[in-house]
Amino acid sequence: MALITCKDLTLAYENHIVVENLSFEVNPGDYLCIIGENGSGKTTLMKALLGLKKAKYGTIEFGDGLHKNEIGYLPQQTFVQKDFPASVYEVVLSGCLNRSGFRPFYTKAEKQKALENMAKLNITSLKDACYRELSGGQQQRVLLARALCATQKILLLDEPVTGLDPVATGELYELIDHLNHKHGITVIMISHDVSCAVARATHILHLHQSLTFFGKKEEYAACEICSRLDSGEGGGHHECCDGSHS
Amino acid sequence: MNVVMEAIRNIFAYDFLLRAVIVGTLISVCAALLGVSLVLKRFSMMGDGLSHIGFGTLAVAAALGFSSMAISLPVVIGVAFLMLWLGDKGKMRGDALVGLMSTGALAIGVLVVSISGTNINLMDFLFGSVFALAKQDVQISLLLAIPVLILFILFYHKIFAVTFDGTFSKATGIRTGLYSSLIAVLTAVTIVVGMRFMGALLISGLVVFPPLTAMQVCKKFRSVVLCTAILSGRSFFVGMVLSVAVPNCPAGACVICVNLVFFFIFSLAGRIRTIVAKD
Repeated sequence: MALITCKDLTLAYENHIVVENLSFEVNPGDYLCIIGENGSGKTTLMKALLGLKKAKYGTIEFGDGLHKNEIGYLPQQTFVQKDFPASVYEVVLSGCLNRSGFRPFYTKAEKQKALENMAKLNITSLKDACYRELSGGQQQRVLLARALCATQKILLLDEPVTGLDPVATGELYELIDHLNHKHGITVIMISHDVSCAVARATHILHLHQSLTFFGKKEEYAACEICSRLDSGEGGGHHECCDGSHS
Repeated sequence: MNVVMEAIRNIFAYDFLLRAVIVGTLISVCAALLGVSLVLKRFSMMGDGLSHIGFGTLAVAAALGFSSMAISLPVVIGVAFLMLWLGDKGKMRGDALVGLMSTGALAIGVLVVSISGTNINLMDFLFGSVFALAKQDVQISLLLAIPVLILFILFYHKIFAVTFDGTFSKATGIRTGLYSSLIAVLTAVTIVVGMRFMGALLISGLVVFPPLTAMQVCKKFRSVVLCTAILSGRSFFVGMVLSVAVPNCPAGACVICVNLVFFFIFSLAGRIRTIVAKD
């Protein structure tokens, strides 16, 4: 059974429709890249998947024992976090809160889990480091470890490589691949970076107003709509493709 | 030195001074702990806005002959919610909103006090009077301050998560609205209780100074919180001692000045540490 099934999904802000009649499903182990230009509704779709935005029409269903609050989310960094005094361990551990209810402290198992996830992402040595003093790539890994604490199954990543240098970008992509292949974690990633998406993902969801594509990446490469999207009409996203070699 | 020892002895000898120290220390610690979250979320001026609203409602309550707490507490809590809600919706910029509300309420308060001719000492309202605390005030303060402390400790981890990253918390099923509201209500209560001895114009200093001071040197959230709590209690006590030792020295202003001194010392220490770390 699919982890997430979207059926005839329409998302809108007041009366301005951003995503229309979208249907797709995500199965366990998939690596789905959501691509499209600015304003094509990528972030809105992600908000809907996270339950932060209601669908105007259509449904999003979770299956295979996935609960709504079991999605690990890697948001874009906010300005509040830039100078936040917190240790890496404190940040990672806070990912465990979604299961604690009104319990006011962390259990041993949760602390253990936080340490394991830090080990997975090679940040164990940074445990007591101050979050605001880390490099961009290290901060993303900390947030990724926090996301892993909130989930066993699925990660949603919102443009995870924004602002990272090429080396850190490559490392982060490798880590995500690793989590997907080795640990079997399903990945949904919003990306600007079409070439990279095609190289790494198993499935592609291309949002472009009413023209959308959903399918395996092999189909995407051969598909007619996308070649049309890539030439002429696509406008902005050509630059993204050219600008990134990972 | 003798003067200071004498002052400390006096504080423990006179009931009204001891009352002021107990209430003041409790309220300082509450205000400072809540301040950690407010400062980090860029809501520092919320305390300032709320205290001005508190002043306005106290003035109106006094003019109408009502108990001041009964009116100002619900009104200030309501305004705290309004600020949160408007801030979230982005209908109006938070800082502009606070500026608008606080000066508005201050002006109304001054007008009401002046026109109604009630015999209220405007200076006490604006800058506080530690020595005017009655036994009853102490009971009310304890009744309100202790739950604030307990709730803060119980929800410490949630407050951290919601402050650090509201979107992530919400997406993973934490009731962020609940915890933001909790902080707003607790702040409102603390401000209303505290402004009676700190004054409407100075109480927000208790919210802003200790967290900012702690953040100059602390690198972990927990150490920021602990350092904030200790600093705020200490500053209050030192301020009180000074105001007792030095004649004509108002306590509220003393406490804030002590906080100011601590802030400079800590930021200097933070600077030195970064320079040393770089070498």
